[in-house]
Amino acid sequence: MLIAITFYLMAFTAIASAFMVVASRNPVHSVLFLILTFFSAAGLFILMGAEFIALLLVMVYVGAVAVLFLFVVMMLDVDFVELKQGFLQYIGIGATVALILLAEMIMVGAAYFMGETKTVVPADPNTSNLEAFGDVLYTQYAGAFEAAGLILLVALIGAVVLTLRERKGVRTQDAVKQMSRTREDGVELIDIEPGQGLR
Amino acid sequence: MLIGLHHYLIVAAILFTIGVFGIFVNRKNVIIILMCVELILLAVNINFVAFSTHMEPVAGADPIAGQIFALFILTVAAAEAAVGLAILVVYFRNRGNIAVENIDLMKG
Repeated sequence: MLIAITFYLMAFTAIASAFMVVASRNPVHSVLFLILTFFSAAGLFILMGAEFIALLLVMVYVGAVAVLFLFVVMMLDVDFVELKQGFLQYIGIGATVALILLAEMIMVGAAYFMGETKTVVPADPNTSNLEAFGDVLYTQYAGAFEAAGLILLVALIGAVVLTLRERKGVRTQDAVKQMSRTREDGVELIDIEPGQGLR
Repeated sequence: MLIGLHHYLIVAAILFTIGVFGIFVNRKNVIIILMCVELILLAVNINFVAFSTHMEPVAGADPIAGQIFALFILTVAAAEAAVGLAILVVYFRNRGNIAVENIDLMKG
């Protein structure tokens, strides 16, 4: 009973805040609702017995992705009132497509699980979720794990390359230019005649 | 009352639908569209983990594999968010707005 109450609470929070992500007027609120959605989804994961993925979701999304979103939303000086105009223009087609999609997915699921009442298969109590995870992640899926690291590296370099820019008219230190300077470029010796001063 | 696999699948389906709906209705703001993509990926993750934890162990198939794939989806989602937001920042720098409707210079 308690599990059912927790599930419905988490599921309702996740769905309601996901809807608020779409419908919210202010993108900052959208990001905060996105964080709430991910927290609730992490709760669902814990309910399912996948603690490691739940903690990972909180760390990666709330700790990194959501902060990145907040950073960009606040950095871009956008007129947010203007952004929401045209919301109603597409709501008809959007709602139609969404409802058809949802009906299809639920019908497929209902047809497949008709009459079945499956519950969570209790995990082996002797091994924790984290242990089971680590057992296969670094052995069976080691190649995919390395590839995931490579994807992150590419994304890191890509993001830096995309946003890096050389500003014109700003004095910055250029190490190569500094090192390749010779004495002849910088110093000029002048013989000054007495009583005449510098030219 | 028991919470079974289909409960989680329905939650994931609703989240997915909200994500698709958000992409349709937000025509002016790329940031919201990126967030909707994150929602869709979250729905996929919920499906993966639900099937993984409700799967009966059979020979030759480890149920934990679903959670491993959820981990990889998380990785790709984080990378996608970083690159997407970087593109967004560059676009804003060049154009001064982030409206989706104006990204049609190539007339594709």
